[in-house]
Amino acid sequence: MRALPGGARVYVGIIVVSAVTIVLVGPYTGIDLGTLVLIAVLFVVAESISTHVLVDVEEAGISPSSAVSLAAIVLVGPVGAAVVGFSSCLVLRRQGLVKRAFNGAQFALAAYAAGHVYLALGGTVGVPGQSDFPGIVTPYVAAVLAHTLFNSVLIGILMWCLGVARTAGSRPRRWRPLIALEVTSIGYQMLGLAIAAVWGAVGVVAPLLVLLPLFIARWTFGQQTAEVRAHEATLATLCQAVETKDYYTRGHCMRVAEGSAMIAAELGMSAERVQKIRYAGMLHDIGKLGVPTKVIQKTGKLTEDEYAAIKLHPTRGYEIVREIRFLDEALAGIRHHHERLDGRGYPMGLVGMEIPESARIISVADVFDCLTSTRSYRKAWSVEEAIAELRRCAGTQFDPRMVEALVRAVSREGWQTPDIAEPPGGCYGSPEQGADAVPAKGSGGAVTVAESTSAGAGTGGQDR
Amino acid sequence: MTRRSDERAPSDVQSEGPEGGVLNHRRNVPFWQTSRPLRAMLVSGVGFAGLVGLVGTASDGVVDPSVALAFCLVIACGELVRITLPGNRESAPIALAGAIAYAFLLSVGGDPVEHGVGQVVAVVALGVALGELPHVAVGRTPRVEDAARRVLVALLLAASFRPLAEYLSLTEPSILVTLLMTVLVALAWLVDVAVSAVLRAERLRTRLWVAGRDEARAQFATGVAISSSGVLIALACTVTGLVGLLVFSAPLLVSQVAFRRHAEVRRTYLETVRALSRVTEVGGYVENGHSRRVSRLAHGIACELGLSERELLELEYATLMHDIGQLSLREPIAGGATVLASPREQRRIAELGSAIIRETGVLDNVAELVRRQCEPLAGDGDEGVPPLGSRIIKVANAFDDLVGDSGDAERRTAVLERLRMDTDSEYDPRVVEALAGILNRS
Repeated sequence: MRALPGGARVYVGIIVVSAVTIVLVGPYTGIDLGTLVLIAVLFVVAESISTHVLVDVEEAGISPSSAVSLAAIVLVGPVGAAVVGFSSCLVLRRQGLVKRAFNGAQFALAAYAAGHVYLALGGTVGVPGQSDFPGIVTPYVAAVLAHTLFNSVLIGILMWCLGVARTAGSRPRRWRPLIALEVTSIGYQMLGLAIAAVWGAVGVVAPLLVLLPLFIARWTFGQQTAEVRAHEATLATLCQAVETKDYYTRGHCMRVAEGSAMIAAELGMSAERVQKIRYAGMLHDIGKLGVPTKVIQKTGKLTEDEYAAIKLHPTRGYEIVREIRFLDEALAGIRHHHERLDGRGYPMGLVGMEIPESARIISVADVFDCLTSTRSYRKAWSVEEAIAELRRCAGTQFDPRMVEALVRAVSREGWQTPDIAEPPGGCYGSPEQGADAVPAKGSGGAVTVAESTSAGAGTGGQDR
Repeated sequence: MTRRSDERAPSDVQSEGPEGGVLNHRRNVPFWQTSRPLRAMLVSGVGFAGLVGLVGTASDGVVDPSVALAFCLVIACGELVRITLPGNRESAPIALAGAIAYAFLLSVGGDPVEHGVGQVVAVVALGVALGELPHVAVGRTPRVEDAARRVLVALLLAASFRPLAEYLSLTEPSILVTLLMTVLVALAWLVDVAVSAVLRAERLRTRLWVAGRDEARAQFATGVAISSSGVLIALACTVTGLVGLLVFSAPLLVSQVAFRRHAEVRRTYLETVRALSRVTEVGGYVENGHSRRVSRLAHGIACELGLSERELLELEYATLMHDIGQLSLREPIAGGATVLASPREQRRIAELGSAIIRETGVLDNVAELVRRQCEPLAGDGDEGVPPLGSRIIKVANAFDDLVGDSGDAERRTAVLERLRMDTDSEYDPRVVEALAGILNRS
């Protein structure tokens, strides 16, 4: 948090000063000091251990420690809870001074306000007994909601002051993970009541019993993140291994994966689905392994037989990956990524919206990357040329919705074109062939690679 | 073993993989001639205890029926939403926590409860059975031994805690009671780990202490989460009444979701590698099903030789990808059998494959196993003897290359003889003997 803007500095100052005032003024009558210190220590420990891991939302972790601060409201009242909240600036983590102060003050204010909501609705301070029991639930739930609300508002204002919210992308915001996050954190905070309830009987052991499963859950989530990364790395490596057969397609699968994910995200799909489509994009050409190397690397025109061999690759690919169950609908994307809207694609000749959505996405990303990279039979096109070509074929070959989504995403985020121009062996296609590759516009159904590859402009094929 | 694997429907992915082959014991033998007598003993013993508990409770009448009913329902629900953890372990955290809590329950909302050991066993067994019913109804065979282990834990805890509590006349929760519960639950966890290790050793035919270490490691996190929740529920119900049972299962629910997702990610990873290992087959580099057969053989051998679970997993990845270096060859080698290629060629394929795997940045051990898979017994260069995993891959790969897909017994014997002849320089004699042992059994 270097060089805070003026507005943010004033805001942080106000928050910290008001929190300190609350903590200093009290009143501390009727608060058991031992309990207060114990809870504060627990809170700091819990806050220090918790790590922010949640796969979908970066920078917005939830930590079970808020359950402790809610328990403090019940056990030691609003002022006590404010002290507990403020103690979080002692957290054992590498953090800047300003950030520490703000975090502590923010916790303190939210807990204080929630504590007053709790009191106003008839909650009582102290260890709840058996007679309190169903009655205490309503004020407690209100306190939880108030705590969440105040916390979000305090952070929201800070973000606004920092100008983050204003610049944070024009990309449609994904609300679902955020809502899931809030619901989980409210669930965690409900456990504060549990801590308070058993506090009377077993004291400091209570939060341990409650928090232990939660920390184990978080630890498992952490492991899972590592494993997801490992999965992705392995997948990418294996795809690249397959690509070594053809020098020109190096990096193709990763770029198609990126492009497909960009389109899917642009269309507002859920994070999970975007991920599946990314994987499918990565794997879309894996079936090419079944095509003889000499056909793939051939620079001249293909015979009917060779072209038939190439046409098999989506089905082959599907056969390889269909056992990866989590991909489910994205599998269809691998099988049908060479279908065309007008029904002249392969392997099944599906027409229009019969083609699965994932296949329509991958198809656009695939051709876009082919056009913008060098092939053995032609040079790379510029992004603008490629977009013009995609637009021209939208409706006959591509779904216009996907094309426009790609154009929007690329114009915002840019596109990484491959940096290779010449293969090491210098076996570049001859200039004539390069010239050949300029789309043979309207050349009917003749099936040759040189024509078919250039986005299949008006021809029977596509990229091989 | 290889033949049976081919008969299974390809869509049945759950039972694929090396464990699937081992798990698949013959179905048409009468149940008393089981290949796993210890498992049968556990199940029948627990079943008998449950029956005794049920009959006893029925004849004596149920103490505190509403409490018993509530716990029975929670256990049934927990059993219904049971999860499968990595390594094909079945777990029902909520059911087990409910069972632990019921065994430890002192009072509910201030009124002392006085159910005996028999009733605890009866309630838990009934709950587990009820929760399993829907699974059976949709055609999922339950892992009876895992369910039996849960009942066993409840039985142990109830039998140790309830007489003790009566003797010490404990009625109110206190630090002392919590401590007692913690110690007992830890002991019960140890017994449970021991029992599951015995079962695992019997199932995979691996060594007992290896299985024990694997089980302890695999069940530590779940064990801590489940036991702390169980103790918490028991304590909290004294203050909050039966509401506590629902509220305090919540933290465990969060853990359960985490465990389940973790298991899913692990499974997906394995599925991906398994699927992608077929690229060499589709590319015509190796025979159909080669990687999987090698993987299954290697798993059997490794269990016999007492490799730990982590090593088994690494070995599985390595065997699935052991031929991946061939992708870098311009054209497939004839017949795809690496054992027939020249040593230099083999070496190169291994190195190329290892380089590809190392690229991932997360599978370094696997890459090492693949790299040294074709070295002779003494190793070459100054690196010494290749790791056991590599020696296993070498034997399993050679065996499968020479035998192929045919299940011909004579051919297998002949190939085994050929491998035996090479045990002084090429193949590790221990590994070859382990292979012979597996072939004898199947």
